[in-house]
Amino acid sequence: MQKNMQFSREDRGQMDSAGATATTAPRGSKNEALIRFSDFGKNFGKGAKTVVATRAINLDVLSGQFVTIVGPSGCGKSTLLNAVAGILPPTQGQVIYRGAPVHDVNRRVGYMTQSDHLLPWRKVAANIALPLEIQRKPKAVIAERVNELIKLVGLDGFSDSYLSQLSGGMRKRCALARVLAYDPETLLMDEPFSALDAQLRITMQTEVRDLCLRLGKTVLFVTHDIDEAIALGDICVVLSERPGTVREIITVNLPRDRDLRRLRSDPHYVETTEHVWALLAPPSVAQKGRVA
Amino acid sequence: MSVWLIRLVIVGGFFAFWQFGAGTVFNEFFFSRPSAICGQLWDLMASGRLFYHSAITLIEALAGFACGSAAGLLAGIVLGRNEVLGKALDPIITIFYSLPKIALGPLFVIWFGIGIEMKIVLTATIVFFLVFLNTYTGVRGVSRELVAIMKLMGATERNILSKVVLPSVVTWVFTGLRLSVPYALIGAIVGELIASNQGLGYLLSNAAGQFNTAGVFATIVAIVVMTMLLNATVKFVERRMMPWQDEQATREVSI
Repeated sequence: MQKNMQFSREDRGQMDSAGATATTAPRGSKNEALIRFSDFGKNFGKGAKTVVATRAINLDVLSGQFVTIVGPSGCGKSTLLNAVAGILPPTQGQVIYRGAPVHDVNRRVGYMTQSDHLLPWRKVAANIALPLEIQRKPKAVIAERVNELIKLVGLDGFSDSYLSQLSGGMRKRCALARVLAYDPETLLMDEPFSALDAQLRITMQTEVRDLCLRLGKTVLFVTHDIDEAIALGDICVVLSERPGTVREIITVNLPRDRDLRRLRSDPHYVETTEHVWALLAPPSVAQKGRVA
Repeated sequence: MSVWLIRLVIVGGFFAFWQFGAGTVFNEFFFSRPSAICGQLWDLMASGRLFYHSAITLIEALAGFACGSAAGLLAGIVLGRNEVLGKALDPIITIFYSLPKIALGPLFVIWFGIGIEMKIVLTATIVFFLVFLNTYTGVRGVSRELVAIMKLMGATERNILSKVVLPSVVTWVFTGLRLSVPYALIGAIVGELIASNQGLGYLLSNAAGQFNTAGVFATIVAIVVMTMLLNATVKFVERRMMPWQDEQATREVSI
């Protein structure tokens, strides 16, 4: 299970936020990006009704990186995830995954969304087993793996419960276990915790971050919550309003084993969030001084 | 407790008024009286006629129900999963849905005669649309996000059908089935009213033809009992098939 025990990763270097690119840090043997958006753009609709969701996105994601993507609503954050998953083909440019352009459904990734999309007629264990059943694993293997996962996400004792008996946080854990079950190397998370209350959220954020680091997963994490984006990310991609382009790629200089509950008072964290708040402030506020 | 008392007073009062008002306050010929209805019911049961005709109606309703729901289920899944076909046939289905199916009764008499087949076809037509529409809605309601998530897991269309679409449709199907139980009986009985020589509908129209109000009421009582039994059966099966819905009540909140 723990193929990559990557606790100690090379120092990220003290890059300044402005203008930093994500690719400069050397990373083990692989300098190549795992995921590369190259001049990526996506339009929806046709003719006069065309909506340009995103355009000219250039972004490199390295293996094992926790990348958060933040931006105003409708700036095409989810579009980026869908493109990596191969669900929506790009209008311009391409997404390159492990050196090859993504054309079809990309089975190396797992997707977690705001709604957990668990199957209510299955008990917890059977929900987690779903991807393993699809891969036609033998029953004994499935049972063992599901047990492992249940322990991993802290659902001990609930394997025989129906989802309707679980709380919101437990459902998230179940969804997390399910996506981890088939061991995708990249996790795409689209505001997975936005429906949770603040306390539970920070618990889940901590666990997901720890787990992903421990398992060496690469994560693309979309959120509209600036605090969450900085707190979780190794790098944070700030998108502009629609049509979404990369405003800035911020390297978050916080320790990898950061304690999310104590970030509030960390000067770098405060400074970085302030910076992103300023970036994303509505134009009317930001340009007040300039508009005559 | 007081609820039961109120019920007892109202129901008891109603029957007492009916029993003793008949012949004095209103004409017994038109309204009969509870004691006469009980007598009729007893006669019908003792002679076995009630069970014979009930069995006929039940067979018609169940056969129509089975054929109609099977066809509705199949059509709902096929059209629900096939977007182009679904879109193409949508207006046609709407037209047929707007048509009161009972109006097809006389046509079915011409096609199938006045035997049991005509009632089965009429019932099946009614049930088909109820089950079809519910199934169709259920299949279309399967989240695209979920389907995408499953495709990333490596799921084929067959996996999606067997692991997501069919189970999630069960809830909708049962809604359709529960709705259609009373309609199945309506189909069978109206079919019998249109033309027949057996079944509860026949018993009903026969009694009415002889101005035997007690007989009419006795048959209505039998129909009500049968509907309640069928409803209880569906509810029981539903519970057995969807145990996760039962757990909703015992939900416990913790992190």
